[in-house]
Amino acid sequence: MRKSLLVVSLVLCLAVVIAAQGGGVLLTGAGATFPNPMYSKWFDVYHTLHSNIEINYQSIGSGGGIRQVLAGTVDFGASDGPMNDDQIKEFKQKRGVDILHFPTVLGADVPTYNVAGITTDLNFTQKALVAVFLGSIRKWNDPEITGPNPGVKFPDSDILVVHRSDGSGTTYVWTDFLAKASGEWKSKVGTGTSVNWPVGLGGKGNEGVAGLVKQTPNSLGYVELVYAIQNKMPYGQVQNADGKFVKADLASVTAAAAEASKNMPDDFRVSITNALGATAYPVSSFTWLLIPSQFSDPAKRDAIKDFLKWMLADGQNYTEALSYARLPKPVIAKEEQAISRIK
Amino acid sequence: MSATVNVMEHAVPPESKLRALLRRLRSGDEVAHVLTLTFAASILLITGLLVRELWVTSHLSRAKFGWMFLWTSTWDPIFDNFGALPFIYGTMVTSVLALLIAVPVGLASAIFLSELAPRKISNSLSFLIDLLAAVPSVIYGLLGVFIVVPLMREKIGPMLIATIGQVPGIGKFFQPPNYGVGFFTAGIVLAIMIVPFIISVSREVLITVPREQREAALALGATRWEATWKVVVPWARPGIMGSVFLALARALGETMAVTMVIGNDPKIAASLLAPGYTIAAVIANEFTEATGDLYLSSLIELGLVLFLMTFILNGLARVLIIATERGGGHSA
Repeated sequence: MRKSLLVVSLVLCLAVVIAAQGGGVLLTGAGATFPNPMYSKWFDVYHTLHSNIEINYQSIGSGGGIRQVLAGTVDFGASDGPMNDDQIKEFKQKRGVDILHFPTVLGADVPTYNVAGITTDLNFTQKALVAVFLGSIRKWNDPEITGPNPGVKFPDSDILVVHRSDGSGTTYVWTDFLAKASGEWKSKVGTGTSVNWPVGLGGKGNEGVAGLVKQTPNSLGYVELVYAIQNKMPYGQVQNADGKFVKADLASVTAAAAEASKNMPDDFRVSITNALGATAYPVSSFTWLLIPSQFSDPAKRDAIKDFLKWMLADGQNYTEALSYARLPKPVIAKEEQAISRIK
Repeated sequence: MSATVNVMEHAVPPESKLRALLRRLRSGDEVAHVLTLTFAASILLITGLLVRELWVTSHLSRAKFGWMFLWTSTWDPIFDNFGALPFIYGTMVTSVLALLIAVPVGLASAIFLSELAPRKISNSLSFLIDLLAAVPSVIYGLLGVFIVVPLMREKIGPMLIATIGQVPGIGKFFQPPNYGVGFFTAGIVLAIMIVPFIISVSREVLITVPREQREAALALGATRWEATWKVVVPWARPGIMGSVFLALARALGETMAVTMVIGNDPKIAASLLAPGYTIAAVIANEFTEATGDLYLSSLIELGLVLFLMTFILNGLARVLIIATERGGGHSA
């Protein structure tokens, strides 16, 4: 924490110096790594449109983003998982204002595997994924796995589970899905950026998991959809809450968000894993910007409000090129109203 | 700065003493003394601050778990239950394995380079070895992932299980499952990383052994090997041990290369082929995303444990040297 604090404050100092010379507004943010390519693109494009406003973002991880915004070292934070009630209370106590969540784009996790002789996209039931990650299904030719994959010949080999070793929003989404799919997972393991895995090996980052899966026969792991698409990795379809097997793509992820947003809470802290709807992909999630409800500097306040407006309108058109799923229309409408809460 | 002030304060007022001090200041002795003292003291200060910072920020975890932190094996950030034993175990096992492999290899290479190889070859090889010592650890990690891990999974691992694994007793150290990643792989990668340190420092020390020592041994009728092994190496032993400490310190604290090949599974297994985890690796992996206060505090306490482990192991090694020196009757 000290180290990241130091880095952030150094960057801040540097940025302040630069901004002071330009006489413009400088906003600093820190947090989630998953949406970093998207945010970099947005902040870059937004700066070319408004040369007096510069937004500096450090992708130090969701946990770091939450800590930095709590400590007040940055103007806004970013996280792949919403802040919990305790953290929100702590923010209110420390800073005297509220913290607001604004969904920006959507992400998803996909199961990836390496089984000798299998090149087709496998279907995974929720029960199968939960049992494999709990360690109660150990073999690839278990009926729970072979059932929804007729015509595929599975080996009688042990499944090697691969998960993330580093704390990660990707893990948060995956474990959130497993917890919704199974009460046993929820009570035994739970949801978080790092958990106490019952079985399996840890790989560092998406590339670590992908590397272990590619190298090790009979392995099964999970990676971010963006990573799988960009690296042209094969991945399986997951059974959704309606019982349908859905392949993750940008449309099915947005569909999950659209379904979930029908009863979107006012603070936007909603988990959309295992959403209803025939086309909804079940392992999807929003990623959020964490913005204080009050800014002491009016220039900063106006800048962040204007950026949010732009991000929800034109900004969304940049999502597909970077393999992120765009926000559904009703969520955008609701967020546009929420911007006025920033004072 | 402050040290200068102290010197002034200690100087008693009389004119002559002040003048003497000024003269010494001008000649540079006093300046050099103060400067070197300041830098030496700053190292102690930094170490002290480090321990204090680790101690204070790990307060929550120490208060909640006490000594149990060192003896329990659960690491669960969700239910806020933290125990360090699998990480301590993994750190010890990988470092000891690395030393077991690296010390004989490194020492033999150093003896060859300093005693047997022609000077020209020795110098050019040493240059390459010094370069190896400067390679960033992530490169060794990649070497591990792409070469050592597949080799362990497909060739070495199955061979070990089929041979030593069948022997009663030590067989339990080489049992399936063998995924290619694990304690043994991490030990090998660490050994590759630390061998250059041992070779480089040991060679330098061996070269400085006086010619007369060798000549005396040879004159007494020793063979070349006897002169090397019974005279030159014991003479250089403190320096060689120093190189081993340096290597051990690097192995204990290595993060990147280890996390890439150890499997990152906090479990204690007898089999060296099983996946494990080390202290440095878990801190690097989980620190950025750790949100809970107790979680953070526990990670910091792990850092404290690693610091103390390094301290204790170094102390033990030093005691070992002193003991063996007495027993062997050599005085270097």
